[in-house]
Amino acid sequence: MGIEILGLPMIYYIAMVAKVLVAFLFVLLTVAYATYAERKIIGHMQVRLGPMRTGWHGLLQPIADGVKLFFKEEIIPSQASTFAFLIAPLVALIPAFITFAVIPFGGTIELFGYKIPLQVAAYYDTAAGQVFDVNVGILYILAMSSLGVYGIVLAGWSSNSKYSLMGGLRASAQMISYELSAALAIIAVFMLAGTLSLNKIVELQSGFGGFEWYIFKQPLAALMFFICSLAEINRTPFDLPEAETELVSGFCTEYSSMKYAMFFMAEYANMITVCAITTTLFLGGWNGPFAVAVPILGPIYFVAKVYFLIFLCMWIRATVPRYRYDQLMHLGWKVFLPLALVNIVVTGIIGYFI
Amino acid sequence: MNPISPIINGLAITLKHMFMKPVTLQYPDERPKVAARFRGLHALNVSHNKAKCVACYLCPTVCPAKCITVEAGEDANHDKYAAKYEIDMLRCIFCGYCVEACPVDAIRMTGEFELANYHRKDFIYNKERLLEKK
Repeated sequence: MGIEILGLPMIYYIAMVAKVLVAFLFVLLTVAYATYAERKIIGHMQVRLGPMRTGWHGLLQPIADGVKLFFKEEIIPSQASTFAFLIAPLVALIPAFITFAVIPFGGTIELFGYKIPLQVAAYYDTAAGQVFDVNVGILYILAMSSLGVYGIVLAGWSSNSKYSLMGGLRASAQMISYELSAALAIIAVFMLAGTLSLNKIVELQSGFGGFEWYIFKQPLAALMFFICSLAEINRTPFDLPEAETELVSGFCTEYSSMKYAMFFMAEYANMITVCAITTTLFLGGWNGPFAVAVPILGPIYFVAKVYFLIFLCMWIRATVPRYRYDQLMHLGWKVFLPLALVNIVVTGIIGYFI
Repeated sequence: MNPISPIINGLAITLKHMFMKPVTLQYPDERPKVAARFRGLHALNVSHNKAKCVACYLCPTVCPAKCITVEAGEDANHDKYAAKYEIDMLRCIFCGYCVEACPVDAIRMTGEFELANYHRKDFIYNKERLLEKK
């Protein structure tokens, strides 16, 4: 390998790009098959079969859906604000995908003599002999998840339709109120960890044979963070921005074809990201028995935990009906916010005396 | 009131249902088992190689949808028979009153329910098509 950039051979950069591609493709494929899994799981929970006819047991259904949406007519309402209308799906989709960059999905593997940490935004410094990642990783995640709401609000406003506008307004109110509680819930985790770097947080949970998870130390924070995240990404039972019974389809009423598919992908990508964050912060990330000794086990544990949480999301969707708007606001401001504050105070007091 | 336990109960119920056998019938592949007294397509009963119908006009009289057209004729033995017997399946409501009304047990209902067609005229079943299949 003759070519060197910044003192590192080409193969290193190829490995880094491969890492990014693998992570991206993993999210993309999970998004595609999460739709299938959701229809299958909810179908079986309702004693139905779900998709059965496209491929073996409907396995090609996501591809068929994608092809169908791709070939559908692109409709832009004549009274819509065209630029905002076109850019809104991208504003919703991109933050959903780039959030995954700071999530560690495995330990450090050795490839061609180079140590490569399994985290997109991280590198192994040979001189310092340790892994460097984004040291404010969780702040980055909170920032990106707040960006996602702009796409939805923009879509609601630019469509120039009452249903869309109502959906967008609801989305903004709901996301802002639940983001507070979600952020406050994870502050308790930072108080235990003393760091914002996700890599360090995962390392700190590796005790007890990979079972020293923060969910055991902070069960309330874990529960609150997961529920608030469900609300933040508009999953049932908090899917008020697109409540079909009242708002037709909420903010994406006027959207069609690939732009509609982008909102759909953003929703599922957000779900995966939220499950990955919950895994990282509370379920020990890629930790598990023998995960440090056998590096390939790390991503397997990580994916298993994330998929379990995704299943949990779908399970909740099949069970709980949509909350009323005032109940949603009551839950956010009068239940979760005080609970999160109390949790921080209690964690602080216990942390001071231990 | 405790808001958590109903959610837990609900989650338990949905999880239990996930492992039940789905009730879905994969229709074109699996056929439904039609009940014995199912009211599907009509059939004219046959006796001694001809329709039992004596064209008494009770079925068009009782028919609430007015979908049966009968015209009487006289055969070689000077017996009354239905020269024309038509049922318009687009108007028929499959109530089965014609079967109840028939004094000579000439009409019955079969289990056949796939009556889709491409043209309106194909929904008018004449005597030939209604005669019971042997």
